[in-house]
Amino acid sequence: MNLGTTMSSSSVPAHTGSASMESIARRQRLQDAVFHRITQFFSLLVLAALMGIIVSLFINAWPAFQRFGVQFIWHVEWDVVNEDFGAAIAIVGTLASAGIALLIAVPLSFGVALFLTETCPVWLRRPLGTAIELLAAVPSIIYGMFGLFVFAPLFADHLQVPLQTVLGGLPLVGFLFGGATNGIGILAAGIVLAFMILPFIAAVMRDVFEIVPPILRESAYGLGCTTWEVVRRVVLPYTHKGVIGGVMLGLGRALGETMAVTFVIGNANRMPTSLFSPGTSIASTLANEFGEAADFHLSTLFALGFLLFVITFVVLTLAKLLILRAEKAKGI
Amino acid sequence: MDFNHQLYRRRRRANAVGLTLSMGAMVLGLAVLLWILGVLFSNGLAALDGNLFTQDTPAPGTEGGGLRNAIVGSLMMVGLTVLVATPVGILAGIYLCEYGDRSKTAELTRFVTDIMLSAPSIVLGLFVYAVAVATVGNFSGLAGSLALSLIAVPVVVRTTENMLRLVPGSLREAAFALGAPRWKVSLMVTLRAAKSGVITGLLLAVARISGETAPMLFTALNNQFFSTDMTRPMANLPVVIFQFAMSPYDNWIRLAWAGALLITLAVLLLNILARVFFREKASS
Repeated sequence: MNLGTTMSSSSVPAHTGSASMESIARRQRLQDAVFHRITQFFSLLVLAALMGIIVSLFINAWPAFQRFGVQFIWHVEWDVVNEDFGAAIAIVGTLASAGIALLIAVPLSFGVALFLTETCPVWLRRPLGTAIELLAAVPSIIYGMFGLFVFAPLFADHLQVPLQTVLGGLPLVGFLFGGATNGIGILAAGIVLAFMILPFIAAVMRDVFEIVPPILRESAYGLGCTTWEVVRRVVLPYTHKGVIGGVMLGLGRALGETMAVTFVIGNANRMPTSLFSPGTSIASTLANEFGEAADFHLSTLFALGFLLFVITFVVLTLAKLLILRAEKAKGI
Repeated sequence: MDFNHQLYRRRRRANAVGLTLSMGAMVLGLAVLLWILGVLFSNGLAALDGNLFTQDTPAPGTEGGGLRNAIVGSLMMVGLTVLVATPVGILAGIYLCEYGDRSKTAELTRFVTDIMLSAPSIVLGLFVYAVAVATVGNFSGLAGSLALSLIAVPVVVRTTENMLRLVPGSLREAAFALGAPRWKVSLMVTLRAAKSGVITGLLLAVARISGETAPMLFTALNNQFFSTDMTRPMANLPVVIFQFAMSPYDNWIRLAWAGALLITLAVLLLNILARVFFREKASS
């Protein structure tokens, strides 16, 4: 190291030259070690944050878990006055709205990804892809406001009323379409959520569709397959892990989303009886009640938060593993 | 022969139906984006006036008012978050790429970062409430910044690492061969080469946190008055939008739309800037 300077300073005796070189090397080694530790410290900070989240949520939720035990998860009651709490209503609302969102968003995202990778003219791919990505960038509170002020009134008049008159009288499924048609409820929340998660799922699907080796596609086309058959029988089977991963990623988002849901779900602490009835989700219960909560009520909210974190953690972990495996398959 | 013909027609029909539906999905997605933007602009522009930037949020029942305190509060908290998240995120990213690489800790950190990227932000807010609000005794702008940092850091870490990986190994080797120590190579050669990509990540992180509402409810809360004291509750655009949009007052709802327009414009602008930055890098 620094050979140039040592050689050019010929007046300096050789042994001091090597000594100064050694001291430079030592200094640099020290600097390197310090820098290594600093960067390592910050990356471990991320790990510590996750640990901290789990631990602190659990500690704060402990009074609630202690009083209700595991029953807390399926107990159908949320009575602030009498301090009788169960998470079932919020869990059902969370799962139902996220489930509806997936039912709508998955086929739509598949269509978008298919269009962007197969049928779209090349010059349009970039602008259209960007437009869909911008849809993902719109803050969720905007979806909420849009849902409450614009979507809900239209939804009540032009979808709920016809649905109720046509399907409400059917046996077995009729009850799903009962209740007041004021545009707010589980179904409305699911639809707003669907358009919020659509870009996330579509982006993952597009990316995994693009890793299909061209030779596979071309062979299928060479055998005379139509575009639809190529996507359905070649691209989709090849990428199914990544596609499922993308769907799970969207599910993770939908489960934890607060603002888009809070505006339109109705915020009622009752077990929903139909798709139109108002309900609540874990996140929206937190957003609505946290401000007025104290002591034990606060602890139950932490318990809800803990449950939400565990649910999304599991979903996101599965998503991540599936996407990783899909990406590994690319290497073969 | 006749059978083949029928089969062929059926396959063609399935193809046409599938592709049409896929195009329909694309059109629907674009229509929703345009619809949301249209509603936002028509409502937001109608509420936009000079008072927005010069007056504070109005008390219930009073006329007029603006969003000055909320805009300043949001800018301060996002600013502080950038100051915190940039060094933390970039250094952690450097570790993952240059030092950790394939080690167990690095893999675990990478995994956790990815989980944190999509973890519900409301839960992060709860966590910050427990460690920085309940212990101190009051809501504060600092707590708000902490919550935003928890969201921003994973974004910066992952983009920094990915961008550093794109730097060719020969560049590192050339610097090492000249006798440069590792930290100098990381900071002055690879990081510099990956600069535009890292800036892209920062811009995306800012875009991501500017609209975050849920964690702010538990951390910065809100402040009806103008305040630059970050140890006290602080007004911020998302929470003001949330409270005002849910309120029964017409002028509050108008202000909520104006705030929504401001935030969306900022977020979209940041996203477009990030893309321009990244494309410049890709083309150069």
